[in-house]
Amino acid sequence: MAAISPPASQTSAFDRARHWLRDSRIPPVYGILVIIFLVSIVLDLVFGIDDQLYIFNRTIMTNVLVRSVALGIVAVGQTFVMIGASIDLSVAYLISLTAVGASFLMNGNPDNIWWSVLVLIGIGVVVGFVNGTLITRLKVNSLIATLGVGLIIKGLLNAAFDNFAGSVPASFQTFAYGSIGPMPISVLVLFLVVAVGWFILRRMRFGAHLYATGGSEEVARLSGLRTERILTMAHIICSTTAVLTGLFVVSRLRSGAPWVGTDGLYDLESIAATVIGGTTLSGGRGGVWGTLAGVLIFSLLDTTFNQIGINAYMKQILRGAIIILAVGFYTVRSMREAA
Amino acid sequence: MTQLTATTSTVESLAGRIWHRLRTLNPVYYIALVLLIGVVVQNPVFIQPDNFLVFLSRSAPPMLLTAGQVFVLVSGGFDLSVGSVVTSTVIISAILANNDPGTTWWVILLMLAGGAVVGLVNGMVTAYLKVPSLIATLGTLLIVRGIGLFWSGGAPRGYLPDNFRMWGRRGITGLFGLREFPYAVILLIVIGVLLWLLLHRLNYGRQLLALGDNPRAARLSGVNVNLVRISAFVICSMTAVVAGVLLGGRGGVSIETGTGMEMQSIAAAVLGGTMLLGGRGSVPAAMAGALALELLFSLLNLLGLPKPLRDAVQGLIIIGAVAYAAYSAKRNR
Amino acid sequence: MAESFLTEAQPVTETSSSGANDVPPVLEAQNIVKRFPGVVALNDVSVAFAPGEVHAVVGENGAGKSTLMKVLAGAHRPDEGRLLLNGEPVIFNHPSAAQASGISIIYQEFNLLPDRTVMENIYLGREPHRFGIVDYKQLEVNTRRVLRELEAEKLIDPRAMLGTLSVAQQQVVEIAKAISLDAKVLIMDEPTAALATHEVAVLTDLIHRLRARGIAIIYISHRLIEVFELSQKVTVMKDGELIGTKPTSDVTMGQVVEMMVGRVLTDYFPERGRPEDIGPMALRLENASNKMLHNIDLELRSGEIVGVAGLQGSGRTALAQAIFGVDPFETGTMVIQGEPRLLRKPAEAVRRRFGYVTEDRKTEGLTLKQPINDNVLLTLRTLQNKLARAFRNGTRNDKDLALELAQRVDVRAPGMDSEVQYLSGGNQQKVVLAKWLATDASVLIFDEPTRGIDVEAKASIHDRIRELARAGAVVMMISSELPEIIGMSDRVVVMWDGRIVGELPGGSSEAEIMQLATGFANGGFEGVAAPASNPQPAG
Repeated sequence: MAAISPPASQTSAFDRARHWLRDSRIPPVYGILVIIFLVSIVLDLVFGIDDQLYIFNRTIMTNVLVRSVALGIVAVGQTFVMIGASIDLSVAYLISLTAVGASFLMNGNPDNIWWSVLVLIGIGVVVGFVNGTLITRLKVNSLIATLGVGLIIKGLLNAAFDNFAGSVPASFQTFAYGSIGPMPISVLVLFLVVAVGWFILRRMRFGAHLYATGGSEEVARLSGLRTERILTMAHIICSTTAVLTGLFVVSRLRSGAPWVGTDGLYDLESIAATVIGGTTLSGGRGGVWGTLAGVLIFSLLDTTFNQIGINAYMKQILRGAIIILAVGFYTVRSMREAA
Repeated sequence: MTQLTATTSTVESLAGRIWHRLRTLNPVYYIALVLLIGVVVQNPVFIQPDNFLVFLSRSAPPMLLTAGQVFVLVSGGFDLSVGSVVTSTVIISAILANNDPGTTWWVILLMLAGGAVVGLVNGMVTAYLKVPSLIATLGTLLIVRGIGLFWSGGAPRGYLPDNFRMWGRRGITGLFGLREFPYAVILLIVIGVLLWLLLHRLNYGRQLLALGDNPRAARLSGVNVNLVRISAFVICSMTAVVAGVLLGGRGGVSIETGTGMEMQSIAAAVLGGTMLLGGRGSVPAAMAGALALELLFSLLNLLGLPKPLRDAVQGLIIIGAVAYAAYSAKRNR
Repeated sequence: MAESFLTEAQPVTETSSSGANDVPPVLEAQNIVKRFPGVVALNDVSVAFAPGEVHAVVGENGAGKSTLMKVLAGAHRPDEGRLLLNGEPVIFNHPSAAQASGISIIYQEFNLLPDRTVMENIYLGREPHRFGIVDYKQLEVNTRRVLRELEAEKLIDPRAMLGTLSVAQQQVVEIAKAISLDAKVLIMDEPTAALATHEVAVLTDLIHRLRARGIAIIYISHRLIEVFELSQKVTVMKDGELIGTKPTSDVTMGQVVEMMVGRVLTDYFPERGRPEDIGPMALRLENASNKMLHNIDLELRSGEIVGVAGLQGSGRTALAQAIFGVDPFETGTMVIQGEPRLLRKPAEAVRRRFGYVTEDRKTEGLTLKQPINDNVLLTLRTLQNKLARAFRNGTRNDKDLALELAQRVDVRAPGMDSEVQYLSGGNQQKVVLAKWLATDASVLIFDEPTRGIDVEAKASIHDRIRELARAGAVVMMISSELPEIIGMSDRVVVMWDGRIVGELPGGSSEAEIMQLATGFANGGFEGVAAPASNPQPAG
């Protein structure tokens, strides 16, 4: 028995700390986040103009967080499908659809808010169901299925609208601009979505079964799980978060246009943030807290770019490069682990 | 089962052979024919040679783009950056040439080289970093478009000289009593034949198909998998540059020139029987697919349907084709 | 005695007659028949398993053990016959149905998720919960209880990630999962194959404890020493038939080996190599190693067929792939025609006129959607300029060449433009062979060249292999089918645990090979002397 007994007791405090870190399951991406923070502080001390540190400037930090809201909410959904070893490229189009749909349906009238939101969430559920069904029942590759669905949404949307349509009532804009005390409502919503996502994934049976489905469909099925249903459900959750992001976007913009989702790059950036956060493209691993860190890194970079005054197009170039390198880095790394 | 013999066809008579050939012909040609008839019924002057050549020269860029896309598709990948390459070709050419006819040639060569670099990046990220090509090329889509827009400052700037624009809008006059035989159609034919040779008649093409069909078997048969894969991306990006040159000549400088062309090229290739995720595809059939799609858009236009529905039609084609392929694969098993 | 032992015509089921215990069997298979296209995998197999007993099932590769286990575990439906569970006939539509009835199987490849914790793995799909919320406290309590029953609570932390555990620990988790399902019958497929020697003892302990709990254990193993240490009964299978079931104490290892082999050679094989065929040494490996292979010394001569025998996972395929540059050797030398050189990638091997007919023709050998033509010519094309015309090879028309090659290996198909996916297994394999004829390969490695193909195609491929050797090629042939190894090889090397453990002349007996391959002639286990190679008369 002694031959394969657990590892010998830890000796140094350093070892204990290392083991604690490993056991605590804190995604390694938080290390990167901490490093970015420290670097920012140093940069601030060296190059800072005013007395106050940029990183502790509340306006700037709030800005980072608010920027994270739109991407963060949908990235939580993307994390769900990617844990299930699937992917969703239709989210950007669904965000556009929601933004346009909300301003069109509400049309400035506060009475329309509730049923409009319900209708839009209903649409999200249907889109998620279609995605899930195409992937699990018709066995269409998930990249292709969701891209195709996205194109269909885009076509229908563009056929019906070619510019900003209607507007949301002022009361709906509290979602984006209101705050409770010092805390913006939108940021609270983001944390709520992340917390709920964490609860579902880490505390509920559905979450456990989703990890199993993504980890190995074969093992999941042999354990009697209905993997088709589980993955379809994940897609419904993902589409619903896209609708929520769309609602947030329109409440910021007051009116939705058919390009707000695609211009925001929500498809690509939600995938990249999820991957950076430690969820693998091959599924079965990862979580929403890691994704949140990935999103924060994107917003920090974005805010920094704005602070330094980088041109919008140069920003696009940098984003593209960062996404490729980040995904490449993680893929190569996870391959080496597998080997 | 029979022993293999030199003459494999069992049909002897000429008529029988023709019938066999027609029956096994790729359905995309019939689809294109039916759509052509549909357009002609709606608009009889369409079929007049001069008008039809104008239509063909307008269709040349998407057809070329599709032919290039086929190379990446049969290798098992996707190239979503082609639309950006088209746009940036137009924008950057206009800035560099700035209406000076003397620059045309080196600008075009420079653009082709730039296309090759984009293809190289796409291919190497896919081959060595193992990033799914869909994500890798979405990234280069951003980068390439960003470079074009950054350079121009977000709005079209500069002019394309006439000897640059002639490729997209002029032709040889006085041929066969035609008003004009467009250069675009000549380029379409020449490049189309080259690509056809490359994919279907040369060693390279067979290795590319083998790679897309079964990468491991290809590797074990001695195929230099990375080289073949990367070159497919290079070919694709370079045809996108050619398409950009034609479109710049035809439509002038705009930052929207290439928007949506990546999806159109994939949908057209799929319509032409190209199998997504690799192993099967044909250059002429894919080009016929692109033509069919253009005919379909003309027809929808004539019938008064809004233009943006094109995207939805493309989405349906892609999903439908892949679902059908998955279904028939299941049935065969 | 040995004679009469071997000539018993009827399968013997001893559970009812053996006086040692009168316990009725918990699981019984009666007259099971299972057919696959072209083969009868199980032919009228009847066997019963008693509670509290370790029942070993032995046989060569392809004897039908795995198929029988899959039938018992609900992964295959038998075509004829029935299963009785506690005397009641049962039909399992799905492995989870069998599991629910108390029959669990542990495959060599564990059905576990490396990125989930031990407790999540054990109770996957059966998590204690309230309103969909998992009660992790209860889950941990349950897991600890199960582990305690196995006396493994100190060994395994319920909250550890499965992927961080050793193979042996993961195996304990699989067993704990079965126990948590209240298994009455536990099937273990080669449970020690992936274990280090010192870990085997832990498993042995565990099996004794499971026995004491009254669980029937079905133990599949090639390692006869373990079988004799652990089991109370042993069932021998061969060619899909049950040869006999005996109390283990009534037989010797030699007798069991004889029961496993001793078949009449029915397949046709070409004449062996004549001494004058065998040429000079062409390929030599000296002390070559990589992750899977240890200190390989091997000499291959032109004109000679060297058979490589060994169990699954003994390193046979790894050897082929290392020579061909797929997973190259990391240390040691390979000498090709007197020139020391390790091949680093397959393309290099192809250039040096090596050929490799892979074990799995569908995933590694063929591009299924391409026509015969292109498959046959693929290797040749990789040797030519990429921009060369695919139609020509020198002065000859390429199509003619492909046709000639296909005819040479006798491919039967509607035409050269038929897609390979629609051909039969035998014809597909001939296409793979033709592919290497195209490059005039002078070193040919065959990995299971005739697996799953019909008799006629088999004979044809055997003929071609011998022809190639006679024409001066170096041929190495891996096979799990001992008759094939014996029938084809001029020399046999036997592998075990990533090493070459012996070399035998052509025409050696199956028993000699099996003894080396099962490790009991090499002193593979500590403290157990290698038994005599000749079977001792029983009693």
